[in-house]
Amino acid sequence: MSDDHARRARERIVRMCANPEGGHLGGSMSLVEILVTLYHDVLRIDPRLPRDPDRDILLLSKGHGAIGLYAVLAGRGFFPEERLATYGAPDSVFTAHPNPAVPGVEMPTGSLGHGLPLGVGFALAARLDGSDRRCFVVLGDGELQEGSVWEAAMAAGAQKLDRLVAIVDRNGLQISGDTEETVALEPLADRWRSFGWTVREVDGHDTDQVRTALTDVPHTPGRPTVVLARTVKGKGLPYIEGQARSHYVRLTERGHRRAHAAVTRGRRA
Amino acid sequence: MSVVTAERTAPEQTRAAREVYRDVLVKLVAEDDRYVCLDSDTGLFTAASWGGGARRYLNLGIAEQNLMGVAAGLARSGRIPFVNTMATFAATRALEAVKLDIAYNDLPVRIVATHGGLSAGHLGSTHHALEDLALMRLLPHMTVLVPADGPATESMVRAAAELPGPVYLRLGRGATPDLDAREPVRIGVAQPLRRGADVTLIATGPHPVLAAAEAADELAGDGIDAAVLNMHTVKPLDREAIVTAATRTRGIVTVEEHWAAGGLGSAVAEVVAELGVACPVRRVAVADRFAAGTGGHRHLLARNGISAAAVAVQARRLPA
Repeated sequence: MSDDHARRARERIVRMCANPEGGHLGGSMSLVEILVTLYHDVLRIDPRLPRDPDRDILLLSKGHGAIGLYAVLAGRGFFPEERLATYGAPDSVFTAHPNPAVPGVEMPTGSLGHGLPLGVGFALAARLDGSDRRCFVVLGDGELQEGSVWEAAMAAGAQKLDRLVAIVDRNGLQISGDTEETVALEPLADRWRSFGWTVREVDGHDTDQVRTALTDVPHTPGRPTVVLARTVKGKGLPYIEGQARSHYVRLTERGHRRAHAAVTRGRRA
Repeated sequence: MSVVTAERTAPEQTRAAREVYRDVLVKLVAEDDRYVCLDSDTGLFTAASWGGGARRYLNLGIAEQNLMGVAAGLARSGRIPFVNTMATFAATRALEAVKLDIAYNDLPVRIVATHGGLSAGHLGSTHHALEDLALMRLLPHMTVLVPADGPATESMVRAAAELPGPVYLRLGRGATPDLDAREPVRIGVAQPLRRGADVTLIATGPHPVLAAAEAADELAGDGIDAAVLNMHTVKPLDREAIVTAATRTRGIVTVEEHWAAGGLGSAVAEVVAELGVACPVRRVAVADRFAAGTGGHRHLLARNGISAAAVAVQARRLPA
């Protein structure tokens, strides 16, 4: 079932990238299984009540994954899938970074390093309310070069926010290439642990692994959880997988046919 | 004739606005669980007794970007956070978080910024805030307030607490005298401190307002009848009061503890220019440089030309 949701989400993503404006293809494809698992199996949400005060919160801190988020929100029933056809058109609600006017989008993100501080705020509010609602923040790996991420990581550890969960889309690439050759992030798990977090490492395209890591939060009472999800940038399109050039792509009509065929084939494989 | 001078104020009326604010906030937080106090280790709340509000005081450490984001997350969840840091850190270090997390979402976060203007004194230019009013008034949804004394601080904190959108409240550091104002402070409405038919002095903040009032006394001796307006709300600006000043008096002098570019003087000049009347606007503000000299607050004000004498000089230069 999750695989079917993931395939449909990828079809929507490549469709959006066939718009004249193009889209952030690679980093949206890498987080498909993460978002599908969250929206279909983990988050306590009701698409009919997108502002229900008791809902779990999902923040896409790597806002350039917006078309991935829109694709999954459509699949989860927050709005009719047909509305995605306006992506890239003048005055469309679907901007290239998350627009909170889209049902299901909690906060506008895109400038990197904002999601985790916001998440600390949501988690503190839940605690003050005596609520068991949780906050999940999806971060890019290149994004971890922003200092504000670590300000928030330190605050979350100090405040013992064990209902705050960060998920790092560890696709290993940023615009210039390998994160480790740009500004190295490793040893990443040790870095998070030293900030007071519990670390889970998973294959970010294996929905069972992702689900297991995101269920039963908190894993350690008094510690926030980070899931380091190993992913492949451009996942589903073998001819650009793992390549930095998949970051932002405008697909031609022919390119779209090829991409659509590839993601559809992926299901049968 | 003067209604506002330091000399007329008894010593017991002299209070640091930030202490007035702290005492009001502690009460608000204790009484109403919507309010949350977020601290960045300012030291202002060390001795505060929060009573029933203790859970809603959070010291998040020395990390101002995170501070603003956390405040936005709390506000989106239905709380009303009062965020505490120094003016220059709120307005410059954390500016993007203020812009995107707070202003863009139109969230009811109250940013209370101490050490406004030159009030950090001998701490130096790293701690002076001469840019904050310009940067904060640029932001859509933001209300920008600068109370000029203790009573105004108390009433503005209480009024700001109830506003629907974000608020930037600029406070100083040291004690300043209470003004002898006849009309209470109302957000968005300039407070007339003195009526005058010839020129209008428009000031924001404790020392600029005192300088304007003192200059009005001095100008009266020269036969110049100067009106004094306390423009405690920099945004939304009281356009009506400025239009009246521009059309009924022959010139305006603005006074502020801020760089000349972008602050109150610029805001007033924008209104007057668009009005299209021939009314000169002269700005008493810190010149386009990091504050000259070293030393305490009062010394720096004098060294950088924020004084009654400077105001009077500019007023006299207005065309007759």
